[in-house]
Amino acid sequence: MTAEAIELDSWLERLPLTLRDLLAGPIPGPWRWIVQDVIAIAVVLAVFPLLFAFLTLAERKVLGRIQNRPGPNRVGWGGILQPFADGIKMLTKEDIVPRAADPVLHFLAPVALVSFSLLSLAVIPYGRHLVPLDLDAGILYFFAASASSELAVFMAGWAGRNKYSLLAAMRALAQLISYELPLLLSLVPVVMLAGTLSPSGIVAAQAGWSAGFLPHWNILTPWGLAGFAIFMVAALAEANRSPFDLPEAESELIAGHLTEYSGFKYALFFMAEYFAMCALSGMAVTLFLGGWQAPVAILQFVPSYGWFAIKLLSLLLGFIWIRATLPRLRIDQLMRLAWKFLLPLALINLVTASFWHLSAGWGAAAQPLRWGLGLALVAVPFVVIGRRLSTGLGPRTYRYAAP
Amino acid sequence: MNATLVLLGVFIVATAGTALSLQNIVRSVLLLVLSWFGIAAFYLWAGAEFAAFAQALVYGGAVSMVVLFAVLLTRRGHQDATVAPPPPGRLLAALLAGGAVAGIIAATVIRTPFASVSDEVPVLPVRRLGALLMGPHAAALLVTGALLTAALLGAVVIAAGAKDDKEGSP
Repeated sequence: MTAEAIELDSWLERLPLTLRDLLAGPIPGPWRWIVQDVIAIAVVLAVFPLLFAFLTLAERKVLGRIQNRPGPNRVGWGGILQPFADGIKMLTKEDIVPRAADPVLHFLAPVALVSFSLLSLAVIPYGRHLVPLDLDAGILYFFAASASSELAVFMAGWAGRNKYSLLAAMRALAQLISYELPLLLSLVPVVMLAGTLSPSGIVAAQAGWSAGFLPHWNILTPWGLAGFAIFMVAALAEANRSPFDLPEAESELIAGHLTEYSGFKYALFFMAEYFAMCALSGMAVTLFLGGWQAPVAILQFVPSYGWFAIKLLSLLLGFIWIRATLPRLRIDQLMRLAWKFLLPLALINLVTASFWHLSAGWGAAAQPLRWGLGLALVAVPFVVIGRRLSTGLGPRTYRYAAP
Repeated sequence: MNATLVLLGVFIVATAGTALSLQNIVRSVLLLVLSWFGIAAFYLWAGAEFAAFAQALVYGGAVSMVVLFAVLLTRRGHQDATVAPPPPGRLLAALLAGGAVAGIIAATVIRTPFASVSDEVPVLPVRRLGALLMGPHAAALLVTGALLTAALLGAVVIAAGAKDDKEGSP
């Protein structure tokens, strides 16, 4: 082991492993791996619900500040215990199942949703040594798990025997199918250029710095920038987050597929939504933001899981910010954005990535040309397709209200 | 090892059989999806990780959505989701047709000589799978791609032929 590698493997970096080995130490050899896996599962099951709890608080606080009000500030110190009060409220509320509902599906829907979204958390590399499940085809596993959650949304919409729920289920299916395509296409260049479907392999492919401060993250290339933008827009839609929260649009569909749910089942839906948001953000960090790698070489003393947490929380904050900023789309606008805008851009991004790959051997003098061509391949289609889509959409004419 | 295989087989056949016998079409679809997940589990048991996840992604995520969409668009409400039991004539015809297909498949399986397999499970990493698909089997991949593209274009032509509403008006 070289001196640098020893330094990178500091005690802080290995702390989670040390704690795990301490716990699993007394267990005899053949059983140890089971205990180690159970500990990894327990940690995921402890960290993400806690993150969910405090994320709801952060969301309400941030939304409050953006809307010029304090947000929850009564329970605990400045409202810090609000999530636990909410949890107790949800647990003690009556669980109502409509008489006409399909009781089996009504019960299974939230359970399936939470389990599928938890499954997708398994393959994300949270740190140098922190990969709960290191699969060769991990990326495929992730999207298989998150695609299955659409089924649960449909089950929830169907089981309630409520026309608003059913309408919402239809909308949800249409939306999730439509945005799955750009989501998957935007990550194809990453897989192509890294040459692997394993998340840890993709993080390893983004290692290193140019001149000690320019990280080799995918987002710092023309195709990576476009891919990241497409991925995040599609992720917003996949996680049913504003401005794509049509399936549960409160003002149009009461609460969509959540209409006939109450009590803890209702809370489970929210939990699953936040898990999905965390999983997709974690995948975005892995694919485009260098995973657990430090942004600058001299900052490597901060443990890798710390960097992952910082990146993950910034993306989650971005989700909240977007929710506070953008109004909800209409269903036809939503479809048009997916099929006529994001999908062509994602396909063109494949060409951009191929160009970037083929021009990797160009000398230092040709780098400005390489960057210019790459950025042009991203920007020109964006402007052209965007303009074409927005022609004929003049300023709105108000017939009955004063502008 | 073989107990797992038997359990998986029973699970797949049982869910598919129940899906066929149920009157409520939505429940049938959901059971069918469960059966597809069973097939994915079988691939996982057989060591074909890639095929298993692709099965879950394509069948569990995409094909199921298409089937559910078809059900939702052709039914008017919850009451309509229950299908009447088939008349005896149709039942007989279905049994005959299904039996014939099952017979052909079974006969083919029985008559096919299988090379004796060693106990060692071959490991095929995804990278090698990709190299095989892009190298020796590139022609098959291209033919499949061309076929799917033709089907997609056909669907677009059919959809575009339908009278479309004026879009974009608020």
